[in-house]
Amino acid sequence: MRRRTTRLAATAALTTITVLGLTACGGSGFSDTSTGGGEAGGELTSSDDGLSVLIAASGDAEATSVTDAVAAWSSDSGTDAEVSVASDLPQQLSQGFASGEPADVFYLSTEALAGFASNGSLLPYGDRLTNRDDFYPALVDNFTVDDQFYCAPKDFSTLGLIINTDMWADAGLTDADVPTDWDSLADVAAQLTTDDHVGLAFSPEYARIGAFMAQAGGTVTNADGTEATLDSPENIEALTYVQSLLTSGDAALTSDLGAGWGGEAFGTGQAAMTIEGNWIGGALSTDYPDVAYQVAELPAGPGGQGTLQFTNCWGIAADSPNQEAAVALVEQLTSTDQQLAFADDFGVMPSIESAAEQWKTDNPDQAAFLDSVEFAQGVPNQDGSAAVITDLNSQLSGLKTGDPAAILESAQANFDAILK
Amino acid sequence: MTVIATRPPRRRSAATRGESLSGWLFVSPILIILGLFLAVPVGMALWVSVSDWTGRGSPFASGVGFVGLDNYRELLGGGGLAERDFGLSLRNNAWYVLLVVPIQTAVSLLLAVLVNRQVLRGRGFFRTAFYFPSVTSSVAITVLWLFLFSQSGAVNKLLSFVGITGPAWFNDASGVLHNLLALVGVREAPAVLADNTALGIPLWEWLAGPSVAMSAFILMAVFTTSGTFMLLFLAALQNLGGDVQEAAMMDGATGWQRFWRITLPQLRPTLFTVLTLGLIGTWQVFDQIYTGTQGGPQKTTLTPAYLSYTSAFGDQEWGRGAAIAFVLFVIIVVLTILQRIVLRDRAVSKRRLAMYAPAAATADSTTGTTGTTGTEARR
Repeated sequence: MRRRTTRLAATAALTTITVLGLTACGGSGFSDTSTGGGEAGGELTSSDDGLSVLIAASGDAEATSVTDAVAAWSSDSGTDAEVSVASDLPQQLSQGFASGEPADVFYLSTEALAGFASNGSLLPYGDRLTNRDDFYPALVDNFTVDDQFYCAPKDFSTLGLIINTDMWADAGLTDADVPTDWDSLADVAAQLTTDDHVGLAFSPEYARIGAFMAQAGGTVTNADGTEATLDSPENIEALTYVQSLLTSGDAALTSDLGAGWGGEAFGTGQAAMTIEGNWIGGALSTDYPDVAYQVAELPAGPGGQGTLQFTNCWGIAADSPNQEAAVALVEQLTSTDQQLAFADDFGVMPSIESAAEQWKTDNPDQAAFLDSVEFAQGVPNQDGSAAVITDLNSQLSGLKTGDPAAILESAQANFDAILK
Repeated sequence: MTVIATRPPRRRSAATRGESLSGWLFVSPILIILGLFLAVPVGMALWVSVSDWTGRGSPFASGVGFVGLDNYRELLGGGGLAERDFGLSLRNNAWYVLLVVPIQTAVSLLLAVLVNRQVLRGRGFFRTAFYFPSVTSSVAITVLWLFLFSQSGAVNKLLSFVGITGPAWFNDASGVLHNLLALVGVREAPAVLADNTALGIPLWEWLAGPSVAMSAFILMAVFTTSGTFMLLFLAALQNLGGDVQEAAMMDGATGWQRFWRITLPQLRPTLFTVLTLGLIGTWQVFDQIYTGTQGGPQKTTLTPAYLSYTSAFGDQEWGRGAAIAFVLFVIIVVLTILQRIVLRDRAVSKRRLAMYAPAAATADSTTGTTGTTGTEARR
């Protein structure tokens, strides 16, 4: 009898604790998910609350620069704002949204956008911006989900062809030889290949090899993003061409060279050319300052010139108690002057057209990156696309001996599944 | 004690009640802590695994719906990327467990026996040295490993001295077993293995063995955890009485026989602990993957624990992430129970008894009456 009472007491105690715990979790000031200015037409919230800004910095330069910019805005507007640097941004964002107290303003990647947008975590504020029409349309498309322009592109990058000028000269090549099409690319890669290094190296991932798909005229989805077009003849042609480069021995995947990415293979002199974005400038000047290089536009394929563009945006949380101030902050951070200041501080490309000319004057060596925006293709931003692209990447590392059609067919099937 | 015993029954029961109340009071802090940080989160995760929670706000909010076993169905028979990823992660982790657990148990037992010997000089030094990898954080060791096993790293340098061109280790996705089969000329899968699939993965791929990248992690796990388990074995070894050993010696058992027939059976409880801890630890491998390879190359170091994390935090598929965690839980529990059954104490079988009986009989009949002379005679 006594044992039963004790057991009962134990059960009761545990139940109480559990219930207490659950109410504590459920009732932390956030039990109904339908509040907030989640709708584009709704009113923005406004309050005296300060703003918290969560960023993922590439280095100290970026962290300091963003912190200074936010502090300057804060003293002008009188709204408190604090910048914190995330060590694992997606995880910290998820935790914030789950707890109901997310950062107000944060960096957001294209592949994370759809997931957070679909669960209502994000405020679709894009159309409220006074400088809305200044953003490159292709970037606006990147951050548009279900016809809603969610967030302002922070800056962007494109892929270019990075050439080691010393190796280039050693091979007897001149400026006139900079490849303009697939044949001339294969040609110079062959001429640049020696016993010590390959002509061209790039990472085995869609984010590099996808540029060849764009050059062949291929895409990941149709224009509306409603149907996957990965197994199109154009894409198969692109992968077949890349495969021929790899089997010729004049090009190699960075993984086969033991390098982590194109910049490492290029900087250590394992490759005479690589395909990377404008972030390579900073990496080379820090880690391999002695390497002389030049940037060229990627060559044209059967479908014309093509490259990929990457971008992040300034997300604003639907649960932010002070959305009005957050939008004002983002307007300031994406303004022409501020973006040029960011570009000076940590080498990004402004996401607005009005800053383009000044940027090209400031960075003549890198102009090819910005000029590439004319023919740049965005990366897919559908919900679940990140997993499909990861799977495609894992297959692309076996491209040298794999079957291009089979690789694309399986990626096509996976992409079809997420669009249903 | 006597005071309590002489008390009248009524008062005694009241006193015990008071005692049991204060007992509960004393354990309540740990009960609350365990409840809050263990029972509640587990309950929440269980709910998330059968819900369509999207990661925003509380999982117990009104908008979150019950979807039954949908998340589990998608993992175990959905036919999509989710199922294939899960299948791959199970395959990778199963090979990891299959190799790490026996190797680390054997190595740690060997080390324990070595440093337990009285004659060994500098025992203290070796005990510390072997235990050292265990106290270092796994993240630090992983980074060290990435350097050691890089294409131009120390390991490949060593291999090059003996004329071997080392693999690209963390970039090499080829299965070790497939590579071995290729050496004897088997490169294509037999039709029966290529056409039949389990969890979306062809059987031939299940049999690929750990990838070269995963092998580097296997070596690392053995390197880091053997020290810990050595300590467990060492403690058990030092608890063993010398008399049984002595008796065996008197009976003329060789060192080898004494180890297998006398020492090892006495270590059975420790062996069970080591195997269980090893099994649990290896099925939950996460930090090495998170800091090292993030599942690459070609998803061959993807593990269920890491997949659960990326599904939830990366892809916002919280239900699926939680479901993976519970499937993993079931796997671990089932395997532990199986292992318990295999290792349980059994009565000596008739076959075994028969082995001893005639030997004893012949010994008695052919030699003198006392054990000592018998032993000497056999020597």
